[in-house]
Amino acid sequence: MKETKNILLVGVGGQGIILISKILSAALIKAGYDIKMSEVHGMAQRGGAVTTQIRFGEKVYSPIIGKGSADFVVAFEKMEAMRWLDYLKPDGKLILNDFELGSAPILAGKAEYPEKIVEELKERTNLISLKASDLASEIGNIKTMNIIMLAQLTKELGLEDIEWEDILKENIKPKFHEINLKAFEKSLSLN
Amino acid sequence: MLGILFLQKIRLREFNPLYLRILSHNKTIYHEKYFTQTCIIDVYSKNFLKGVSNMKKLLTGNEATARGAWEAGVHFASAYPGTPSTEILETMANYKEVYSEWAPNEKVAVEASVGASIAGARSLAAMKHVGMNVAADPIFTYAYLGVNGGYVVVTADDPGLHSSQNEQDNRYYARHAKMPLIEPSDSQEAKDFIKEAYEVSERFDVPVLFRLTTRICHSYSLVELEDRKEVEVKKYKRNIQKFVATPAANRVHHVELEEKLKKLEEYANNETKLNREEINSDEIGIITSGISYQYAKEVFGEDASYLKLGFTFPIPKEKIRNFAKKVKKIYVIEENEPFLETEIKALGIEVTGKDKIPLTGELNPDIIREALLGEKRETVQPNPEKIVARPPTLCSGCPHRGMFFELSKKKGAVITGDIGCYTLGSADPLNAMDTVICMGAGVSAAHGFAKVFERTNQKRKVFGVVGDSTFFHSGITSLLDIVYNKSNATIIILDNRITAMTGHQENPGTGYSLMREKTDEVDFEKLVRAIGIKHVRTINPNNLDEVKESIDETMELEEPSVIITRYPCVLKKLHEEEKEEFAPVQHIYKVNTEKCSKCKMCLKIGCPSISFDKETGAYIDPNSCVGCSVCAQVCTFDAIEKVGV
Repeated sequence: MKETKNILLVGVGGQGIILISKILSAALIKAGYDIKMSEVHGMAQRGGAVTTQIRFGEKVYSPIIGKGSADFVVAFEKMEAMRWLDYLKPDGKLILNDFELGSAPILAGKAEYPEKIVEELKERTNLISLKASDLASEIGNIKTMNIIMLAQLTKELGLEDIEWEDILKENIKPKFHEINLKAFEKSLSLN
Repeated sequence: MLGILFLQKIRLREFNPLYLRILSHNKTIYHEKYFTQTCIIDVYSKNFLKGVSNMKKLLTGNEATARGAWEAGVHFASAYPGTPSTEILETMANYKEVYSEWAPNEKVAVEASVGASIAGARSLAAMKHVGMNVAADPIFTYAYLGVNGGYVVVTADDPGLHSSQNEQDNRYYARHAKMPLIEPSDSQEAKDFIKEAYEVSERFDVPVLFRLTTRICHSYSLVELEDRKEVEVKKYKRNIQKFVATPAANRVHHVELEEKLKKLEEYANNETKLNREEINSDEIGIITSGISYQYAKEVFGEDASYLKLGFTFPIPKEKIRNFAKKVKKIYVIEENEPFLETEIKALGIEVTGKDKIPLTGELNPDIIREALLGEKRETVQPNPEKIVARPPTLCSGCPHRGMFFELSKKKGAVITGDIGCYTLGSADPLNAMDTVICMGAGVSAAHGFAKVFERTNQKRKVFGVVGDSTFFHSGITSLLDIVYNKSNATIIILDNRITAMTGHQENPGTGYSLMREKTDEVDFEKLVRAIGIKHVRTINPNNLDEVKESIDETMELEEPSVIITRYPCVLKKLHEEEKEEFAPVQHIYKVNTEKCSKCKMCLKIGCPSISFDKETGAYIDPNSCVGCSVCAQVCTFDAIEKVGV
């Protein structure tokens, strides 16, 4: 693969974005790629929007990308998908967790959560939308949502053949191995 | 959920570069020869950094900087936490050959490590960019004196203000303090270059400034590891002429320093491998340093020639002149200030730089592409009507909430704030803050306000709020000012038992050190009484009656006073002795919709667990409520009820 691939993950503090970015990075290294991964620390983590960027290919220089450069935007929340939309390449893919998480002005009753975001995204982008949070709850732990999203991205990247079980086990606490592996498998089997 | 994310110390993966994988028929087949060399990825072990040499690991620039300093034989490291620099010392603390500590502030960190350097040990101090303002005093003078054990100051600048109050470019400190400047552009260089920094420091008898930026600090890239080269602590011999900075001595030292800088410039031109040319084209030549090099390579690839500078002060003039002769057009690509550009222009060389590339904010490849090549990427435009802001907020159960809620009711009072999570007390709906300037100003600015109000007969109460760690950092001297010069400001020390914003570092109030040793814990009450504050009260900030009473009794006071709120950060992993004092809450709260009058009072505390529906009223998310009870205390209809024991 000559061209460097760019992935932007967006969501809200606490959704497990940084963890799956690290898991994906480990997998990409095992697959033999050069990679750079960039994350934002500090004040942003206090319930604010969180993003990480992963770039991989033969040789990666910059750890970050600009607008219009992401081959994949993986959004863990609907409004965040809309907020970061301009990072997506016009022919890139948006993988969306169809899930709503109000921000401070919405919780305080000073703004309404916007309607029909998914409909608009469907119209304007190459969208893969799934209710990963619901699926995670069905599996037994809403926090496995991030692993469900990771599995979807994995499929799109054509990386299903990596030894995911090992990588997940290496990066997740033992008592959560089983449920996360289940979530990963379940997500891979979705059509 | 946030707590779990925050406390997960999952860091690094190690792997062997020779570990090859061949995919065939959907099966993974490992190349036999290399399979045995596969190493176990060790995430939970504290020893994850003790990798075998010649291994490659994915490291952040901060981790690589610590690794490089360890490999260089550093014995002493001191820092005050500050994004994006914090993980340098957190990583260093895992290397037992290095004594690592959190200092109360950056000036102390520098002075302590300067002492260690004079004592003969290779030493390091690390700080965020604004921390260097605090530490500037000893740095400037140590540049005059010269070192015994090699000495490096690491500054982590924050272009784009990801988590800072400004985006100052600390490269100017090198020029101002007259110390050599080294700038890596990724994790591998961070590790390699800091080793050279120690060689330069000892060979030229100068402290070295090592400059990182957020995207180097917090980006992961692959790093080849090497072993530690043990460097013996040099013998210390008293040398008054060198280490006692009297005017007479330093007149001589200044002359010597100018001579050292000339030699360092020769080194930068002819000897160091940190400054290198990549000649690909005679059309475009790019002069760049730090992360900007990576952005430039991304945009121009092999279509331009590069003068990649890693040793940027003293600037290698001869090398730049030579490079300029080899290309027709020169771009200087650098983030924020025109540090290189000004110097290059002073050589009479015509360049394109800040006339096209933005001076403010963080760069990225696309900004450079647009600025220099006029190429703009097509984008999918977000619909602004479908986006509501998502500002950071105080966490559910944050012990700062109760205090800011009660302060927000004191209309007309001035509240001077400070740097930390509690800066978020300034945000909607609490809106309980007038100023935030720098570390410690929450205390000292309160004094200035109180004096002006007093001298102009304005009856306005002044509160200064400051966190535990920030109070140790710069609040104590400010409180002395209040006592000594007699103002009636009330200082509120928000003691959440940890340095929270930067990711939970111990401090002199927590009873533990960076190297996880038990140590003496500062008693805030005793400390402020010793300074001369007579009216002192320690309260539980989750008990609103206590909070209100403690505030009310200061309103008419003619003397200075201190309120200490003592309750741990909701995300803190409690020490054993804290578990007794702050027993974990077993219950949460929920709204009894029949009793809820939809008055929205509970929304005024700004808790992210509480939302509101016009039909059903308030709702508390059971997944994120931690049972702090502040909402139940503000509800005048008793509609918020306890669930569980």
